[in-house]
Amino acid sequence: MDLSFNAEERAFQSEVRSFIAKNLTEEMKRATALTPSVFSDPDIGMAWQRALHSRGWGAPGWPVEYGGPDWTPAQRWIFESECARAGVPNVNVMGVKMVGPVIIGFGSPEQKNFYLPRILSGEDYWCQGYSEPGSGSDLSSLKTRAVRDGDDYIINGTKIWTTHAHHANRMFALVRTSDGPRQQDGISFILIDMKTPGITTRPILTIGGDHEVNQVFFDDVRVPVANRVGDEGKGWTYGKYLLEFERGSGIASAKLREGLRAIAELAESDLTGRAIDSPDIATRISEVEVDIDALEMTELRVLSALQAGQNPGAVSSILKLRNSEIRQAVTRLGVDVIGHDALAVEPMRPLYKLNHEPALPEDMLTVVPEYLNGRAYTIFGGTSEIQRDIIAKMMLGI
Amino acid sequence: MDLNLSDEQRLLRESAERFVAESYDADHRRKTANDPLGFSPAVWKQFAELGWLALPIAEEFDGLGGGSIEIGILMEAFGRGMVSEPYVATVVLGAALIERCGSTAQKQASLPKIADGSMKLAFAHSERAARFDLAEVATSATKTAQGWRLSGSKIAVLDGHAADEIIVSAHLHDHQGPSGRIGLFLVSATASELSISDYPRLGGGRACNIELSDVQLPADALLGDGKDALPAIEWAVDRAMAALGAEAVGIMQTLLDTTLEYTKIRRQFGRPLSANQVIRHRLADMAIQVDEARSMALRAALKADSAPVERARAASAAKAKIGRCARFVGEQSIQLHGGMGVTEELEVGAYFKRLVAFDTLFGGSAHHYARHAQLGRTTVSA
Repeated sequence: MDLSFNAEERAFQSEVRSFIAKNLTEEMKRATALTPSVFSDPDIGMAWQRALHSRGWGAPGWPVEYGGPDWTPAQRWIFESECARAGVPNVNVMGVKMVGPVIIGFGSPEQKNFYLPRILSGEDYWCQGYSEPGSGSDLSSLKTRAVRDGDDYIINGTKIWTTHAHHANRMFALVRTSDGPRQQDGISFILIDMKTPGITTRPILTIGGDHEVNQVFFDDVRVPVANRVGDEGKGWTYGKYLLEFERGSGIASAKLREGLRAIAELAESDLTGRAIDSPDIATRISEVEVDIDALEMTELRVLSALQAGQNPGAVSSILKLRNSEIRQAVTRLGVDVIGHDALAVEPMRPLYKLNHEPALPEDMLTVVPEYLNGRAYTIFGGTSEIQRDIIAKMMLGI
Repeated sequence: MDLNLSDEQRLLRESAERFVAESYDADHRRKTANDPLGFSPAVWKQFAELGWLALPIAEEFDGLGGGSIEIGILMEAFGRGMVSEPYVATVVLGAALIERCGSTAQKQASLPKIADGSMKLAFAHSERAARFDLAEVATSATKTAQGWRLSGSKIAVLDGHAADEIIVSAHLHDHQGPSGRIGLFLVSATASELSISDYPRLGGGRACNIELSDVQLPADALLGDGKDALPAIEWAVDRAMAALGAEAVGIMQTLLDTTLEYTKIRRQFGRPLSANQVIRHRLADMAIQVDEARSMALRAALKADSAPVERARAASAAKAKIGRCARFVGEQSIQLHGGMGVTEELEVGAYFKRLVAFDTLFGGSAHHYARHAQLGRTTVSA
């Protein structure tokens, strides 16, 4: 056993580092640091996507024939970790990590040829149409309906919690095309142009002060049948495949460590009156750091199993749950570290383009919004309660 | 980066798991729990034959040259069956301290005997006033014409009653008084100025308190050349904590398996307990914590030979985190067994008690989170 990377992997690591040093501008870095929501705004995120794409690194998880870089699991881990350490923007995850793999796995040749290059280049910006007002954790109870009319479907219904629907030009959605014996039957996976007549988007402001999610309404929206991925009625299978990608990306510890480092630096600074001198704060920093250590080791154990061609098994379902809980612990600690300064609210967005002097130093500006927005981590992508159901079922067989 | 077991390591794990499954059943555990020795000499002999006593000892002293990973593999299997043989006292602490601090002659005199099972050791370090501070040693060693004179009181000495030789830590005094250095002394367990009072240990095995009243020792009882032994003590205790962490993982895994099985069989309100979401989620949390503990034990083992601060932080991180996970998994195992969980009729309580003992040994979670924080801040400002 060996915790350290080999010479080849270390060489790759320095390659990634020098790529980041060359391409990550101060503006991108500052904008990312000052983004308290989960996703970077497209102007920042897509600039980074273009830089990655020009290097052939636009879609790390894709097979090489579709433009993936053909990395080993260890290389992917190194890449993601270096990106987190450097504070690079979030790219359009819904394109690269969600709909991309589904199109690769189940799409027609025409769909692959059309959509995949546009995801890589950043030309298309995707949003995900899964949840509905009446269908949250019980996703397969969804009611948005697509009725066949010649070569089109006519879609009626509504989707909610749609991240960046107000930026996206495309949506992938689960819609009901028929009623089967089980509610999972009769669901289809469909690709929708957001400019199609009949689509309206309503912003939803979240408690941290950010506009990240939306509700989207469909009134007699015509979508060609050719935009359906895979078979009619099999959408649930494809959608679940995607959710596993969403949960099992499995490389989160570096980002958590970076978040904790920022909080620890605040705690060591005169800005917080050296919060770290309180034994309670110092110990809590250690508690969170140790939780990150444990998560990182679990990630590396999964990675080692993958490298050796083994199935890591249900351990990976632990990763999403612990990542979300630890992220919340980091942000909770942040609020306690800044003390009185947690009282100040900065309502303007984006925080990196304020046209006035904020009430707080820049280093503290995102602390409270990140804590508030961070409540969503244990809710999206399957709530922690759903994750525990999955762990009980998959790991424990009950 | 590779955390997969090698073929040799896989074989070691299989043979240890097989041995524990075959030789360590509930009857065996009950028998040894009531035995004044607290373990089985016949099993110790088998350990020797299987090469487990020689495992971490260098090849030049008849050992197998294994490392912390191999010790962890063995200890996790020991935990599954709650093995009570004095493995940590003799091999993980005793042999390691002699190998690190002893002269060649001292090593030659004891390590081959440890490896073949003919010598057992104990490490007498903790003192009441010191709590978990490894640097605080009031027991004194005064230079005499013949050698050394030791006086003081040691507590919580693991398996001291069964040891042939006891490694005693003492503050070295020269003509000017206390030197600020700690020395380690090999003291024969039969020395007449030594008074050993042993007691059954929580969760199996035995421990003892030791009074040293002017114990006269020859000059060569001091391990090594008299330079401060504190770094070696910290090193050995960090490694022991990693090993005990792996043992705790084995104990927790057995508790999880047992409790899971019970919730499937036990029916209330016309259905198995495991049909209730509150029970399923509790078990999911237990499974997560067993896995986190496994990651931390492995991490501490992998960093057992790193530079002192990195090693110590990893050891404290593991001790603190595994201690917390252990309390949770142990307490919830009892909770989910209901009234039966608090009886001696099931083994759940015995496994739980071993976890409580683990959490207490060398300092609990609060102590080790604080040590971790202390070490971290030292690095940042240095």
